[in-house]
Amino acid sequence: MIRNLYEDEEIERLDRDALEALQLLRLKKTVGTALTTPFYRERLRGVGLESPADIKTLEDIRKIPYTTKDDLREAYPYGLLSVDKDEIVRMHSSSGTTGTPTVIYHTQKDLDHWTAMTVRSLKATGCHKGDVFQNMMTYGLFTGGIGLHYGAEKLGMLVIPASSGNTRRQFQLMKDFQTTTVHATPSYMLHLYSRMEEMGFSLKDFNLKRALIGAEPHSEEVRQKIEELWGIDAYNSYGLSEMNGPSVAFECTEKKGMHLWEDAYYVETLDRHTLEPVDAGVEGELVLTILIRTGTPILRYRTKDLTTVIPEPCACGRTSRRITRIKGRTDDMLIINGVYVFPSQIEEVIMKMPGIGTNYLIKVSKEGTLDKLTIQTEVGAELFTDNAQDLHNLRKRIVEELSASITIRAAVELHEPGFLPVQQGKAIRVVDERGGLF
Amino acid sequence: MKVKQISVFLENKNGRLSEVTRILAEGEISLRAMTIADTADFGILRIIAEQPDKCLELLQQNNFTARVTEVIGVRLDDRPGALHDVMQVFEDNKVNIEYLYSTLMLMDDKVVIMFKVEDIDHGLDIIKKNGMEAITAF
Repeated sequence: MIRNLYEDEEIERLDRDALEALQLLRLKKTVGTALTTPFYRERLRGVGLESPADIKTLEDIRKIPYTTKDDLREAYPYGLLSVDKDEIVRMHSSSGTTGTPTVIYHTQKDLDHWTAMTVRSLKATGCHKGDVFQNMMTYGLFTGGIGLHYGAEKLGMLVIPASSGNTRRQFQLMKDFQTTTVHATPSYMLHLYSRMEEMGFSLKDFNLKRALIGAEPHSEEVRQKIEELWGIDAYNSYGLSEMNGPSVAFECTEKKGMHLWEDAYYVETLDRHTLEPVDAGVEGELVLTILIRTGTPILRYRTKDLTTVIPEPCACGRTSRRITRIKGRTDDMLIINGVYVFPSQIEEVIMKMPGIGTNYLIKVSKEGTLDKLTIQTEVGAELFTDNAQDLHNLRKRIVEELSASITIRAAVELHEPGFLPVQQGKAIRVVDERGGLF
Repeated sequence: MKVKQISVFLENKNGRLSEVTRILAEGEISLRAMTIADTADFGILRIIAEQPDKCLELLQQNNFTARVTEVIGVRLDDRPGALHDVMQVFEDNKVNIEYLYSTLMLMDDKVVIMFKVEDIDHGLDIIKKNGMEAITAF
């Protein structure tokens, strides 16, 4: 029997005209919601949008200014809250580069909508009731873990909320509960494989059928490598907390790009330089408007992710267009084992340390299949006290504060003066040795 | 009297120690003691030289992170138990020792042990009050 992989066949196969009509309806509603927030009220009135009725066609969205991460910071904590606080049942927050975080609020209805997108995404990859789903993404303020959790339960899978890390336990869970589906970063899938033998496990112990991979850009080669090594299907996924989290876009079993659920998100791509929208088929910065959330409306959000909207329909029959795998960032954001980090977040911690100043280099490299963050600094007269413990304490402090601020455990190297490259002109303090999309 | 010890930060890397000894040899520095405290990736070299100021200058000129640390050199009879006598006095008077090491040679049939203590003035005071001898220089 061929299993129906649609969660909501009518919506998923809606013809484009009807889909666009639905989008317009939801866009109007979203603009109406946005007008109730202090942040957007001012901004939308500034461009002559006083009421939802001022949006007459989907093209009218172009009147709305883009929203950036800085805008979200500026609106922190309540500038984008559009309902009574009592209606909010969950929030997710991300750390900020300048110390100001961002926050997204969800009502119960918002969560239900998100869960519906998640169920749809999971089903599109062939997940079904009876599957055992081991979620290896971090649970917490980060949306990667919790984002797929509720949809997976709703679909009827047995959910193992393993969260990230603890490789040995991941293997044990996979074996004991015969996990069929995992959700992890692509680099963690490769890491797991590389540790399998030494930890006393083999492929025969497992019943794995598919991996949902995401949270970091990766190449088609990496996907294929994961599939070959594990003997499974690997499906690419895309999401960001500003747009709820995972299940903004997901691959179907065709594995030819990720369906961006257009009934829930209005998608645009921008020319990186002119900031004007480009046509489908042309690469640009992904800009998204969420159409299914009332707690925190966000219009025309510049994701800084580079992708191309695929104009051709997919063989699967879904009418939501696909985006190509994320090619990279338009800013200097680093993605370290799935965690998004700006160099400035690392610099902020290091420069707080007495005696270091600007005398450091941030290095991102590969250790096996995982990313490794190394902070190199020189021990000059200001740092050196004749006491080894002082240097150990400094190192410990850097490691602890980085771990607290960006949740990454860094290695700190102490070098003699002359080790770091002499800086001329614009200082280069970040070296990414990983080379492209690994 | 306090003795000037030169402390040097060294990476655990081939050739770094010999680079120091080469510089000191070329500068004709007479060494009286040398000790190294090492950790996984760096070490601290401690030098007692007859010409501490020149030793420091040479190392700094060659881009080493080096500094003066004041230590106490206590002159002891070369006999069993002599070291313990000082240790006992320090302990009784709450002089906290961070580290100690011996020098390379006998001075007038006496040995010299170098002490790095938390409070050097207190340490010297205790040595003097207990009839022991701290060296002034080599």
